Formats: sequence, structure tokens, C-alpha cells
Amino acid sequence: MVNENLVKDVVKEPYKYGFVTDIETDKIEKGLNEDIIKLISQKKEEPKFLLDFRLKAFKKWKKMKEPDWATLGYKKIDYQDIIYYSAPKQKEKISSLDEVDPKLLETFDKLGIPLTEQKKLTNVAVDAVFDSVSIATTFREELAEHGVIFCSISEAVKNHADLIEKYLGTVVPASDNYFAALNSAVFSDGSFVYIPKGVTCPMDLSSYFRINSGDSGQFERTLIIAEESSSVSYLEGCTAPMFDTNTLHAAVVELVALDDASIKYSTVQNWYAGDEEGIGGIFNFVTKRGKCLGKRSKISWSQVETGSAITWKYPSCLLLGEESVGEFYSVALTNNLQQADTGTKMIHIGPKTKSTIVSKGISAGKSKNSYRGLVKMGTKATGSRNYSQCDSMLIGDQASANTFPYIKSQQPNSEIEHEASTCRISEDQLFYLQSRGIEFEEAVSMMVSGFCRDVFNQLPMEFAAEADKLLALKLEGSVG
Amino acid sequence: MQSQMKESDPILEVENLSASTDNLPILKGVSLTVYPGEIHAIMGRNGCGKSTLSKIIAGHPSYNITNGDIKFLGENINSLEPEERSQSGIFLGFQYPIEIPGVSNLEFLRVSTNARRKFLNKEELDTFDFEELVKEKLEIVKMDHAFLSRSVNQGFSGGEKKRNEILQMALLEPKIAILDETDSGLDIDALRIVASGIKKISNAQTGIILITHYQRLLDEIKPNYVHVMSDGQIIKTGESDLALELEEKGYEWTDNFIKET
Repeated sequence: MVNENLVKDVVKEPYKYGFVTDIETDKIEKGLNEDIIKLISQKKEEPKFLLDFRLKAFKKWKKMKEPDWATLGYKKIDYQDIIYYSAPKQKEKISSLDEVDPKLLETFDKLGIPLTEQKKLTNVAVDAVFDSVSIATTFREELAEHGVIFCSISEAVKNHADLIEKYLGTVVPASDNYFAALNSAVFSDGSFVYIPKGVTCPMDLSSYFRINSGDSGQFERTLIIAEESSSVSYLEGCTAPMFDTNTLHAAVVELVALDDASIKYSTVQNWYAGDEEGIGGIFNFVTKRGKCLGKRSKISWSQVETGSAITWKYPSCLLLGEESVGEFYSVALTNNLQQADTGTKMIHIGPKTKSTIVSKGISAGKSKNSYRGLVKMGTKATGSRNYSQCDSMLIGDQASANTFPYIKSQQPNSEIEHEASTCRISEDQLFYLQSRGIEFEEAVSMMVSGFCRDVFNQLPMEFAAEADKLLALKLEGSVG
Repeated sequence: MQSQMKESDPILEVENLSASTDNLPILKGVSLTVYPGEIHAIMGRNGCGKSTLSKIIAGHPSYNITNGDIKFLGENINSLEPEERSQSGIFLGFQYPIEIPGVSNLEFLRVSTNARRKFLNKEELDTFDFEELVKEKLEIVKMDHAFLSRSVNQGFSGGEKKRNEILQMALLEPKIAILDETDSGLDIDALRIVASGIKKISNAQTGIILITHYQRLLDEIKPNYVHVMSDGQIIKTGESDLALELEEKGYEWTDNFIKET
């Protein structure tokens, strides 16, 4: 039995990123219809193929039903009560960072993502996205020297339309699911990465997504293409202000890896989670999928999910290329009334494909945390292997954890291995650490990071330390 | 010798201590005073309250003190958190050391040692300096360096767990160590290592309470006093030969003391 009051104290750490930037915005009216979609496309000066893509997606979306199979409970979303485009007002054409509104730079400064030349992070190139638009991308020239394209997707639509037309929607088709269709119809901005043949990207690439407006949704779209024998490590961070309403975030991320290419995609998701009574917070419905198209290609997802009132996401891998490799490393922490239904799909299509799933769910407070994963071996996936490990940790006695592993094998000559465990931080463990002079909260965070070690080891160095700290903060007061 | 020792102030004073868990009384008025340099042994049947006494002194949250006081270096510590007690110099060697998956033993030992050092106004040790210190202490319990890279107590044999406890004692340099059945589950060689480790760590300024069922640990470490506990009380106190007598006659013999009192 864990002391209730102490538990409560630990989770009370205020959300550090809850401020709102007061800035003039260009918002369109609420609601969703063909005219709105045309307006978004027009504002972004898009080519016709993209407008058609959007309109087709919208038609499909209208016929689809919001999925209800996840173990999530929430108030019905009114899709006509959302603003689908909101951008800070800026000069028409911005040629350098000096012309970016200082308020925006300040915002990212406050979030620990300085963008200006003097202060920018030295070993990571950053694309900063504010509500519906990308504000700035650092290190573009340096990357260009290597032939690496890293820019906002809107820019890519203008400057690299051929690549967009070739790959957009090929991994996550518009009709894939309800939220992917919605995103395909209304997506505003996001990041685009292209790594040419044989290039190892000289630095980590990173996108930072910031929701600022309370009544607009965020629908970003990310597309990463790694040509033959190239590799890239990409990081994604997210925060949002504290509002007592729920904001919808429905993103789509598509990755394509060709022969011998590797993509490592890491996320630290810290959207506002709502308050202790479950008021406010982001509804996070995200479709992330990578296609290992080439032989021996590799896509590795690692995620640390700590924010959002609701998380619904299953970063997946389509393993087409022979000997391609898919990985999914996840830590999902829920507290108070947060709900998470997250996991992955590993679809083995090619022969000798390999996948690894390591999922660590931590539920505190009255939260619900579910792992949902599919491992499928297709008829041609001979000699393929999967290993899954799903562990849950419960903190306190009111949280819940579920594991839903789905396994489908059409190939007898393949191996699937699944391990699962559930544990609770016991009073005895806490007492043991405390009786060695370690303070209660430090003891909890030591055990939680110990529990997550296998996943943290997969994160890029600077992310791992941040993730560790973030978990400690999130748990402060949650254990007693 | 005895009177000389008592000229200094006691390290630990347990005064008429009663305690319960889930409203079930476990301790029913225990008194015990430990002076610097003293070794006390507490013996008694399973369930007599020996382990409970040790946990309450260390501050386990499952037990409520219903009466009496615990004083450490003259200060009442009834309301101190377990970590505060540890930092100030109380050490409990666990009967069943707890496994903490994923937490490296080395990091655990370092954080723990630094918490004590901070209390003593000593400089906290970084990873490198700590490695040096821990190497030296590993010698005392004849443990291999490889133990440090494993998770705390996870997959350790019974003997390894107990040696890890003594290693912690060596690092923390407590004023008083309460060792709860540190000898149980040890083979003869391991028992000698543990016993000699305890002797090396203790000195004229420290106090030790050994909770044990067996004479064999007391052959290695000779206690100044032996207390026999039964049903939450100390029913008899004697010198080291009391343990021998107990070994010979069994706990049934002690039942007579209760009838007498």
C-alpha cells in the first residue's frame, strides 16, 4: 500500500510549457467543407495535384466513421467547431531569420529551442512549426552541401513537387483511417526530409511542434525519404499551452527507406495533458508509418509519450524489402486522467525480415495505459522473425494497464516471440532505497528510469537525458 | 571496560517501544540501549518481533508507533523519514535484500553514499572518484567488480545479496548497524567473509545489533549482550554465554521466563 497523499504530491508538478504567445494570427473561420480545403490550398499556393489529393481525402473522410475500438473514452469531437488553419501573421516573404517576428523566436527560446544564428543548437538542425506553419529551419545551407533537403513540407511542395507527388500518401494512403483521411484533407505544415543516395546525414534533424492557438487543430504532415545506402536520425518534440478545452492534433508521418537505408525516428511527446480533473489537454490521434521498401533497409521508431489527454498512435513498419528491419521502442507514461492507447504494427511482407518491439507502459493516478500491437507474417515472409516485449508498471492503486497483442501468421517458417509483464512499484522497493538515504521521489524516478532503460538506451544521447528528466517531472507527486 | 564505555553517550535508545501494523500490536514495550563500541545480539523465534523492531528503527512506513520513543544520538527520531535516518547514520541490513530491476548497482551505491556524505558535509563523489572508493570496499566483502554493473540485487544469490548489504554498510559508515539475519542462507565461507567484513567496518565509535537465530555468527562476532525476544518483548538479557545456553536448550527453555514474569 502506497501512501495516497505522497502520491498526489508527486504528480503536481506544473506543466512548464503551458504559456500562450500573444501574437496576431491569420485564422480562417471554423468548420470543414470543400471551400475550407480549397482556401487552405490556395493560401499555400499549392499545385493542382495536391488540391485534388486533399479533396479526394475529404470525400473519403466524409464516408468514414471515427474509430471506437481503442480503450479510450472521450467527449465526441465536433469537427465543425475547429479552425483548420491558423498562422502567425508575418511578412509575405521571409528571407532570413531576422525577419521572423521576435515573439516567435522568443517562444522557441523559452521552449529551449533557440533558432537564431548565435544561439542555435550546435549539432541538431531544427524545423520549428508554430500552429499551422513552419517558422524556420536551421542549418539549411550546411545540409544542402551534402545534398540533404530539410525544410517545411509547404516549401517542399513548391520546390520539390516531384518528390512530394511521388511519395506523399504512398505509405499512409488517405483512406487508411479516419484521422489520416482528415489529415490528408487539411494538413497545413510539417517537415520534409530527403537524404540522397549514399549520404549519412551529418547531423540529427529535428522538428519541434508547438500548438499555440486554443481553438485550432494541428494537422502536420511529415515525409522522410532515405535513398539507397543513406541514413538519418530524426527527432521530434511537441508542447502546447494549457487550455481548458481540448485541442485536436491529427498528424501523419510517412517514412520511406530504400535499399540499405536506415531511418531512426525519435519522439518526445509532451503535449499539454489536461489538469488533475482531466479538464483540457490535447487529443493526439496520429498515424505514423514507415515503409522498408529496399533490401536490408531499416526503420527504427523510438518514442517517449508523456503528454496529451488522449494518445492514439501506432508507429508501424511495412517490411517489404528482403532482410529489412523494423524496430519500435516505446515508453508511454500516463498520469491523472490521461489515456493512452499506443503500440505498433510490424507487417512482415518480404523474406528474412526482422522486427523488435519493446514497450514500457507506466500508469499513475487514475490513468489508463494500453499497449496495442500487431505482428503479421505474410505468405512470403519466410525466415522472418519478431521479438516483442511489453512491460507495464503501475503506480498507486487506481491506474490501469492493458496489453493487446495481435498475432497473425500466414508463414509457418517464421518466428514470433512475445513476452509481457506487469509490475507495481512496491512499498518494499521504495523503503529499501529510502533506507539507503535516497529521497522518496528520487527513489521513484530511479525505478521508473530503470524500468525504461531498454528504451532510453535507444534514444539519441541528448534526448535520453531529457526523457529521463521529463519522466521524473511528470511523476513528481504521483507516488506515495 | 563496561563502565568505561558507559561514560560516553548512547548511540541508540529504544524506550518502552510499542508498535502495531494494521492495528495488530507487534511490539509491546521494548527497551534497548546501545553505547559506542557495543555489539548486541537479539534472538528469538520467528514472529517474535525482531525484524519488526529493526524495520521500525529504520523508519518503515507500515508500522505505527503506539507508545514509547526511539532516540538516536540523544534526538527523538520517531517522525523522521527513512532516508533521513539513513543519512544521519542508521543502517539496516535487510534479511531479504530487495531486487530493483533496471537500476544499476553502481549508480544506486553512489547515490546512496553521496546522500550520506552530503549529510556529513563531505564532498559528493563523481563516478570516477566513487569507482576508486568502491573498489577498496569491495575487498572487504570479497566481491567481484562485475557485481556493480548488474541491477540492484537482481539475480544475486542469497550470499551475494548479503555481501552486497555489507558493502553498503562499508560505504555508508553508519553510527549504528542493525543486521537482520545477515547470516541466514550463508555457507560457512560466506559467513566468515561477512563476519570479518562487519568486524572491519565497526569500531569503538559504532554500535551493532545482530538479529540472528544461530550461534555460528556469534562465534565469529562476540556480542557484549544477548537479548531474547518473545511476543514483542525482550524477556531476557544476558552476556554472550546466554546465546550458547539458548543454542543448547532451545527456545522452549525461554518460554519459562515468560511464565516467570
